[in-house]
Amino acid sequence: MAAVKLYGPLASTATSRALACLLEKQVEYQLIPVDLKKGEQKKPQFLAMQPFGQVPVLQDGALTLFESRAIVRYIAEKYAAQGTIGLLGKSLAERAVIEQWMEVESQTYNPPSSFLVFQLAFAPLWGIPQNQAEIVKNEKKFSKVLDVYEKRLSESKYLGGDEFSIADLSHLPNTEYIVKATGKSELITSRKYVNAWWEDISSRDSWKKIREMSKAGNKK
Amino acid sequence: KPQHLALNPFGQIPVIQDGDFTLFESRAIAKYLAKKYMGQGTDLLGSTLTERALVEQWCEVEGQSFRGPAFSIIEQILLAPILGDSRDEEAVKISVEKVGKVLDVYEERLSKSKYLAGDFFSLADLQHLPYTHYLVNACGKGDLISSRKHVKEWWEDISSRPAWKKVAEKMKFK
Repeated sequence: MAAVKLYGPLASTATSRALACLLEKQVEYQLIPVDLKKGEQKKPQFLAMQPFGQVPVLQDGALTLFESRAIVRYIAEKYAAQGTIGLLGKSLAERAVIEQWMEVESQTYNPPSSFLVFQLAFAPLWGIPQNQAEIVKNEKKFSKVLDVYEKRLSESKYLGGDEFSIADLSHLPNTEYIVKATGKSELITSRKYVNAWWEDISSRDSWKKIREMSKAGNKK
Repeated sequence: KPQHLALNPFGQIPVIQDGDFTLFESRAIAKYLAKKYMGQGTDLLGSTLTERALVEQWCEVEGQSFRGPAFSIIEQILLAPILGDSRDEEAVKISVEKVGKVLDVYEERLSKSKYLAGDFFSLADLQHLPYTHYLVNACGKGDLISSRKHVKEWWEDISSRPAWKKVAEKMKFK
């Protein structure tokens, strides 16, 4: 069977979200880099696949699919019988709770954490001036969100319940940058249950592999 | 208040209770209901793995690209006066441009496909109903929709569904 193609740079949180799922499900894939600095994602060839000009895009046979969280759900469903089992829960109710926390990640966790990652990790690299007032605002917002996570994870090993699911997986990329690249790791490490959950999910083989690939990529 | 926080620790609405099962996040609720009641009423999720994937894709587009700027417009035009704030016209202008750019992509998509995920009405279209309803009927931004031929046809189609009409009747923003 031809390998699935994933277009996007590994450094993009959305791309690594999709890749983490491919790795969890042990799907053969080809990662095709997209040069964002050169604006490759806004060129006609790419727009033909993803009309919003964003990464990543998945090609699986005749299907072209975008939006990392949609890619995650598709891969988890299509390859349900292989790799890590139970990523979508074992019942309608379990799946619903997983979807609830997928939405929380998408609507509530992602915005302030992405903002902090951009401002603290990338803006300095790219010579973009930081917005201190907004950084403070978003850090407060993100802290409040993490307080809710702390309570949830004190009652449940993973966000969706007793087992690792796509809900936890979706949080890997942003949290990695928060902990490793913003100088604000204590947001995660100072919270007992959030920290334990982070240690657990980030030490999975899939995420270790992505870390290895990132290191190798940075050596070029 | 504590009673509601016990249901949704983020202090947001809506929440559903189905027996002793509680769920929050409207998109997760919609998906749960669509799955639980598959086989009655309208099928909203597509019939094949590929169709389901495309439904998920366009649901994500709504959540990631449409919702943000649409809400910013609603926030400035409808909510600011209620909160005693002045309208930030610059923010409205920027958000109107952003929504416009997203709708340009929708225009292209809907010129080739009757609904967002394919030729069937799905959760992806449904998710757009509430904010678009306010943009068109309460914010005076109907031209975002009516100036785009296929988006306009799509909006007229989905907003005239009986289920939506029942909900829209009750959405009076004061």
